Amino acid sequence: METGIAISFWILAAVTIASALAVVLFRNIFHAALFLVLCFFTIAGIFVILSADFLAAAQVLIYVGAIAVLIIFAIMLTRETQRGSPSGRLRLPALMVGLLFLATMVFIVVSTDWQVITEIPDQPTTSAIAQALFSGEEGFVLPFEIAAALLLAAIIGAIVLVRER
Amino acid sequence: MLENFGYIGIFLIAALGFAISTITLPILLRRFHIVPKKPNPVKSSTYECGMDTVGKSRVQFNFRYYFYALLFVVFDIQVVFLYPWAVALGELKLFGFLEMLAFFSILIVGFLYAWRKGVLEWK
Amino acid sequence: MVVGLEHFLILSAILFSIGLYGALAKRNAVVILMSIEIMLNAVNISMVAFWRYIAPALMTGQVFVIFIMVVAAAEVAVGLAIIIAIYRSRETVDAEQIDLMKW
Repeated sequence: METGIAISFWILAAVTIASALAVVLFRNIFHAALFLVLCFFTIAGIFVILSADFLAAAQVLIYVGAIAVLIIFAIMLTRETQRGSPSGRLRLPALMVGLLFLATMVFIVVSTDWQVITEIPDQPTTSAIAQALFSGEEGFVLPFEIAAALLLAAIIGAIVLVRER
Repeated sequence: MLENFGYIGIFLIAALGFAISTITLPILLRRFHIVPKKPNPVKSSTYECGMDTVGKSRVQFNFRYYFYALLFVVFDIQVVFLYPWAVALGELKLFGFLEMLAFFSILIVGFLYAWRKGVLEWK
Repeated sequence: MVVGLEHFLILSAILFSIGLYGALAKRNAVVILMSIEIMLNAVNISMVAFWRYIAPALMTGQVFVIFIMVVAAAEVAVGLAIIIAIYRSRETVDAEQIDLMKW
């Protein structure tokens, strides 16, 4: 059981990092978008390893299902595949910033003494999430309704921006 | 619980193996001269029994497709909220029901806007 | 070897750095948005890892991840709409050529 989790973690982590690198390094944006989908999918696998089963399903639904479709549509609509995705003038500073951030984070993670709970949480997590989201006393009722307002603004804004007059 | 996801992993590996073997098998058979190679113009056309393609495949798509993707995203998010809500509706009682009603009545304004502006119609 | 909290956090840090590099270095606006999505996903991984290893009794970590997903979807929808609108008026999605408001 434990070794199975470890093996699947290393495979998923390697595929995730490789596909994320492919997204930022490939010149063909259509291939980059397909690797982005692969990255989202393996992240769903990592959620499964972390025993967040509902979030894995939500990741596949929202990211792999909806956001990837939007991005691929946008690539086809903007017809920029011939020009590809070249790097700008900020390439070296960006590389420096990224490596610096990575070094800082790794240092912080390794040097902190985490108070870890190792036993596996209860599954399935769906009804616990529902209690945390919707219950009247300690739920996230107002953020939930604000999310609806945000989505409404997104729908109307996107329609206004894209519609031809 | 994790074991059930292990079955999904086995299915994924089987699917990957199927895809890879169906791609590599013809190449290997050709490499070992089991399959003969006799090309002719009809056989090597893109669609052997169909129309020839005209122009490039990366053409400019109509912007209207974007609206369908946009509304699909919103429906997807509704599903993600509806699923746990439906699981726990028994304990949430009337309050949970009213919450979801408010959520939908806010979002329905967006759909009504899309409908009124006719973004889902093809002229 | 047992996989622990540190592994997930370092994976999340690597993904975030890759996304940061892409968002800063790339010129195509769609690729910049894709890099931002990678960064949001990295944050999601660390959030779920903290939920799993630090506070499994509180579901707040998972609820935050759901809200991040919703905000990311709204952000992508509006961001791509802006990119499409700019493409229609200026025929480019190159972030270095979209400089009308540059001081």
